[in-house]
Amino acid sequence: MCLAVPGRIIEIIDRGDIAFRVGNVDFGGIRKEVNLAYTPEAEVGRYVLVHVGFAISVIDEEEAKRVFEYLEQMGAVKEELGEIPQ
Amino acid sequence: MKFLSEYRDPKAAERLAAAIRQKVTRPWTIMEICGGQTHTIVKSGLEDLLPKEITLVHGPGCPVCVTPIELIDKAVAIAKRPDAIFCSFGDMLRVPGSSKSLFDAKAEGADVRIVYSPLDALKLAKANPAKQVVFFAVGFETTAPANAMAVWQADHDGVENFFILVSHVLVPPAMEALLSSEQCVVQGFLAAGHVCTVMGFEEYFPIAEKYKVPIVVTGFEPLDLLEGIYMSVIQLEEGRHQVENQYTRAVRREGNRPAQKTISEVFEITPRQWRGLGEIPASGFQLRGRFQKYDANQRFPFTGEPAKESPECISGLILQGLKKPHECAAFAVKCTPENPLGAPMVSTEGACAAYYHYGRRENQSPQPELSGSARR
Repeated sequence: MCLAVPGRIIEIIDRGDIAFRVGNVDFGGIRKEVNLAYTPEAEVGRYVLVHVGFAISVIDEEEAKRVFEYLEQMGAVKEELGEIPQ
Repeated sequence: MKFLSEYRDPKAAERLAAAIRQKVTRPWTIMEICGGQTHTIVKSGLEDLLPKEITLVHGPGCPVCVTPIELIDKAVAIAKRPDAIFCSFGDMLRVPGSSKSLFDAKAEGADVRIVYSPLDALKLAKANPAKQVVFFAVGFETTAPANAMAVWQADHDGVENFFILVSHVLVPPAMEALLSSEQCVVQGFLAAGHVCTVMGFEEYFPIAEKYKVPIVVTGFEPLDLLEGIYMSVIQLEEGRHQVENQYTRAVRREGNRPAQKTISEVFEITPRQWRGLGEIPASGFQLRGRFQKYDANQRFPFTGEPAKESPECISGLILQGLKKPHECAAFAVKCTPENPLGAPMVSTEGACAAYYHYGRRENQSPQPELSGSARR
């Protein structure tokens, strides 16, 4: 039930009160209307994490790459030493 | 980046697993809190990538599993009213009550509807003013902002036929209840990422300190979980017990402040019964003062039979990480997803359902799906 899915904001529709601010969000080809009340910083083009119709976080794209950079460094070193089975 | 498939890469997973193997010198028991994490672990066969020193035990973070049977009975009673439209997330429908599930009630003619969001239930209320529309507000902190907003919007728009049946529970008090038990085997926690997206992780500092356990806020994809385990293992091996954040792409230390503001406007903290665990003080939400008119519990008083649990179901032990699903005598014999004795066999986040669907029976390995899901 705590599942949340990342999607990209295509369009933002303001309806007066921030509580009713919604976005048109693309989930790999499927589009859905998502409430953006809790992500006032969300902009068109950014990825948001969506749970039961609400964006609960704007994804930090720099942080998202961190684990891969770490693995790359680790892999480069380890492969050189022949320690990682490929 | 799509922020999904990249985190299922088998090669990267093997690298992280190798890093864990390199660090481990002793046996450690780590609990993942959230049922969504349990499913990723079992589905992806992560336990088979880990060194034998690491034992993962599955936590109570399945809202469907811990919703009290009394509330299921109450939901069924409300759903059977001729003037009611009862709305719920799909997961709750097959959960057995004392004698019936919501699905049984629907089969007998009750107007039970599966909705994706509480806002869909609110829309139904607006479209059906002659009906009483009740939403089953089940969930952890992750779902609370959505349910709070549905009630807030109902109030704002003057909707009078919308109610929620609240069974909201909180993660940190449950962790404390587990840790203060004498039977506790957990040495480190993977905290539930999306709960922390909403609430932040400052609440965990005193818990890590008091019980001397590392707590690593962890995401839901295979690489997230392996990295969370890796960070926990480093702390355990070094004798540290700190709160760390693996899931930095979605979790900030302070959490989501606008969401917290709406939660505390609409809800207040209350003691809650947890199915399988009993009452835990200050472990849930109920509607606050001026929003209590939306409380289905008050609007529809219940006069049913006292609730009855199946005597064969050991879900309490499973939710505390004291038993694994395949150690239950009823598992896959008397208890299956089609005929469940307890909630963990029903929910998409239940540990029993995960073991059943991905074939982990009597300590045999499940069919790992890591490479499969990476290819999709």
